[in-house]
Amino acid sequence: MMDAGTPLSSWQIAYQTYGTLNADRSNAVLICHALTGDQHVANVSPVTGKSGWWTTMIGPGKPVDTDRFFVICANVIGGCMGTTGPASINPATGEPYALDFPVVTIRDMVRAQAALIDRLGIEKLFCVVGGSMGGMQVLQWAASYPGRVFAALPIATAARHSAQNIAFHEVGRQAVMADPDWRGGRYLSEGTRPSKGLAVARMGAHITYLSEMALHRKFGRNYQDRSAPTFSFDADFQIESYLRYQGLSFVERFDANSYLYVTRAMDYFDLAAEHGGSLARVFKGSATRFCVISFTSDWLFPTSDSRAIVHALNAAAASVGFVEIESDKGHDAFLLDEPEMFAAARGFIDAAARARGIA
Amino acid sequence: MTSQAALPPTDDRLGHRLDFLLVADMVEPGSRVLDIGCGDGALLSLLRERRNVDGRGIEISREGVNACLAKGLPVIQGDADTDLVDYPDDAFDYVILSQTIQATRQPKAVLEQLLRIGRRAIVSFPNFGHWRVRLDLAFRGRMPVSENLPYAWYDTPNIHFCTIRDFVELCAEVGAQMEKAAALDAGGSPVRMTLPWWVWNLLGEQGVFLLKRR
Repeated sequence: MMDAGTPLSSWQIAYQTYGTLNADRSNAVLICHALTGDQHVANVSPVTGKSGWWTTMIGPGKPVDTDRFFVICANVIGGCMGTTGPASINPATGEPYALDFPVVTIRDMVRAQAALIDRLGIEKLFCVVGGSMGGMQVLQWAASYPGRVFAALPIATAARHSAQNIAFHEVGRQAVMADPDWRGGRYLSEGTRPSKGLAVARMGAHITYLSEMALHRKFGRNYQDRSAPTFSFDADFQIESYLRYQGLSFVERFDANSYLYVTRAMDYFDLAAEHGGSLARVFKGSATRFCVISFTSDWLFPTSDSRAIVHALNAAAASVGFVEIESDKGHDAFLLDEPEMFAAARGFIDAAARARGIA
Repeated sequence: MTSQAALPPTDDRLGHRLDFLLVADMVEPGSRVLDIGCGDGALLSLLRERRNVDGRGIEISREGVNACLAKGLPVIQGDADTDLVDYPDDAFDYVILSQTIQATRQPKAVLEQLLRIGRRAIVSFPNFGHWRVRLDLAFRGRMPVSENLPYAWYDTPNIHFCTIRDFVELCAEVGAQMEKAAALDAGGSPVRMTLPWWVWNLLGEQGVFLLKRR
């Protein structure tokens, strides 16, 4: 049964694991992926041929050390990388679900992951780690299953999605739905693809993942393969060319309806709302140790969002560390090479591992 | 106004700072402690080892926070001047402000927050009334620079110096009751508690106070 009130009669979840589960089953780390991420966190993606999306953080000798921990990463419910979502076949009709798929929430995603963890025979996760929407799942895990999470590392995230972020998501969804090839969501059955709309959605969203400083440094007002403007609507500027490329490559790997569903899940996320508006009450009595990380130039999930989480955890007398990393790379910083973030994550994880008795 | 505590035996063989040992002696075992301006977590670690406290920290520098996280200490990056309002009343048994009050913008407001958040507050600070400081000002006509106060006036983070007597007066003003008080001389030895306040203020290079809401 999902939060939308609809049961999902049968579903599957696609996941990857790295490292070895120890005899005590106490060294499992769950990685939660962001909006357009997938389960291929530390291996070459069979879809894109690119290396895993968080190999800076996860791997042998990395802060989430696959030599010591059993690392699990699963595609979210509503996604399009093997876990059941709107592109999956609806057993009732034999056609892709499209908009007949129930609207998904972050709690639904976490419930599906908990079922996977059950199936893997793991009672308690050593650590749950994620950035952005992944961080929302981390918080939801700690809220829904406090006894099953020893340590939680939410990065560049929030306990509720802001009005500004909902607004950006809505623009993206409207771009998808305005594409005539979207066909009311039934594009798979009708043999079309709303690639233009989805690409525009991605272009818009991509800007929110960066910062003005990062854009200026990377592109400035530089022209793309030309020395003067063409007085046309060609991609004269490097930034235009870059965004078009981002849009085009995204539509090759992502399903448009999944984009609608997963953005919607983020919009609905408001952890305190489940507990009478008090975020502190969500975490009351929690024995989980938390470490919250934010970035100075992240305007999508600004430090104030992380501080709200920290204040609530403090008010709930939970164990919490917090650090704001200086970076001009915007929200994307959590996926990039940020040595201070790695140092904080490594310190937190190692200390938690000692407390958990994992060598 | 105060019952001056017997000074604890000091022990620096393990490399612990004497003012930290003085603070540790004022903390009941097993209590909940918030250390504001906890630096690299040396005092919190000491309190955890020797007093088995449930210790939390606030530290303004990222380097300090990372060092604390690596020690397994739950420390958040924050600012004593702005972030204490977010803590509920009586959230801790002790709130410690070790060698930090002189670096805050609003020492009085910070002290009031300490007494609100904690059932008790422990404050230690460099004493600007120490004889060496007075000599520097009186005879050299210069702002003091010493091992304890290593900064020149233009780059010091210490913007609100006070003397032990000043601090005692502030405590009276904010309604804080002194349960224990101690002073360390330049050599780090405790100043004898039987001596009157003006002697403390002259000989004590650092003051350490255990306070309670009146």
